[in-house]
Amino acid sequence: MDDLYREIIIEHYKNPSYRGHLDPHDIAFEDSNPLCGDHIQVELRVGEDGKVSDARFDGHGCAISQASADLLIESVIGKPLEEVKQLKSQDVLDLLGIELGPVRLKCALLSLKVLKAGVYGLGEASDELLG
Amino acid sequence: MTFDVSSIRKDFPILSRDIRPGVPLVYLDSTATAQKPVAVLAAMDEFYRHSNANIHRGVHTLAEEATGLYEQARVAVAKFINAPSHRQVIYTRNATESINLVAYTWARANLKAGDMLILTEMEHHSNLVPWHMLAAERGVRLEFIPVTPDGLLDLDEYEKLLAQGPKLVSFTHMSNVLGTITPAAEIIRLAHAAGALTLLDAAQSVPHFAVDVQALDVDFMAFSAHKMVGPTGIGALYGKTALLEAMPPFLGGGDMIKEVKLRSFRPNEIPYKFEAGTPAIAEAVGFGAAAEYLTALGMDAIAAHEHEITEYALERLEEIPGVKVFGPPADKKGGVAAFTLEGIHPHDVAQILDVDGIAVRAGHHCAQPLHEKFGIQATSRASFYLYTTTGEIDKLVDGIYKVKKTFG
Repeated sequence: MDDLYREIIIEHYKNPSYRGHLDPHDIAFEDSNPLCGDHIQVELRVGEDGKVSDARFDGHGCAISQASADLLIESVIGKPLEEVKQLKSQDVLDLLGIELGPVRLKCALLSLKVLKAGVYGLGEASDELLG
Repeated sequence: MTFDVSSIRKDFPILSRDIRPGVPLVYLDSTATAQKPVAVLAAMDEFYRHSNANIHRGVHTLAEEATGLYEQARVAVAKFINAPSHRQVIYTRNATESINLVAYTWARANLKAGDMLILTEMEHHSNLVPWHMLAAERGVRLEFIPVTPDGLLDLDEYEKLLAQGPKLVSFTHMSNVLGTITPAAEIIRLAHAAGALTLLDAAQSVPHFAVDVQALDVDFMAFSAHKMVGPTGIGALYGKTALLEAMPPFLGGGDMIKEVKLRSFRPNEIPYKFEAGTPAIAEAVGFGAAAEYLTALGMDAIAAHEHEITEYALERLEEIPGVKVFGPPADKKGGVAAFTLEGIHPHDVAQILDVDGIAVRAGHHCAQPLHEKFGIQATSRASFYLYTTTGEIDKLVDGIYKVKKTFG
């Protein structure tokens, strides 16, 4: 647990830097984890250079899901959209710096699913997006 | 006779395992599935080692033995719920399948568009979705007995719904979240007076206190073996004989027929009419062994023990600042404590408890509408059974304090 609930995770859960909304925004998407009801919404602004100029998330859920959303959103600001499309599960796990079992993995990766579904302009977030 | 928990715990091998070296298991998730005693494990093991064969129609010795064990188990299960005859106990996969069996056979043969069914707001998804599917297909109307803020069924509202002439009242005997034990006998009596049939979801009640289908006068009752210390993969539907005999078959195939022609068939008699294909034979044997194990300990003694544990748990949990336990007080509920801890998600609670070997469940426990009613996403749920000790409750309470500390 001392690993799972590292200070960085508790800190991003309790005091997220990127929780909020962007009005206007260029890309928005939201989805839930049906198992536990975790919910994540992301909003992105994309500059003329094709890079993410700003991003926010909102939602509710466990510390793992909310902290990983905050870390993920932080990491994509300034990145070209094409690079965001290439993000993989391992990238999120690297941000968290923890190892997770199959159940909690879904919590950690919800924000990536939502982000990628939004960036690809898909109607639905599926596990296939995780890579 | 005193109820000796420490000797009962010795019957359950898994209870002596460590979750991690030096961290013993504290199993508080029996509402999801119960652990299994040696009596059940041995009966199934012995079946496969000694008597394994397919049942019915075989004339060789093993087939005779297997058939005998499969049918003896049915008798044991029938006795356990005081069914008038073992013919009224149909093996299914679980309580969910039992409810679906009624929805696909009795309901589709007897209900038409506009007919009304009464359910309750505290149902498990297993007693909601089969009726949603029926409603979409047949245009039947679903109404719900409301749940009061203290987690009880609003019986005044129920009587108003009964005045609308329902065809079936399908309801839980004990909520898997609130722990509420519903007044089944009264609900059934009122339903019958209004001309409706009744289906009791007894998945959570049958394992924990004596349930007598004749005293209840219930028409159908669904339950699972795995919640009553038996194996997964098998459950039962009890039904009144006349109803079962009039119902069309469920799944088609071998064993459920009396005679098959190229273009037609005649169904078998009950209970076989509803048991198509090779069933879960070893699991049935385990089911019977579970019923006998619980009967030998005495359902009243088990209920009394669980009541004691539940009272203690509620008292200890409620003294923790930030903890809110859902459902009625201990005298109206079974061994379930679903709770929230202020500012901390139930998944995080469960995860941190797991570090100390404490197994609780977190989520909506397949009762999403009930959680919505109480305005919450999810709860952590500790549940208790015949092997739960007050020492385990103390560990749970210590664990919750540790969760609070982690989140500062």
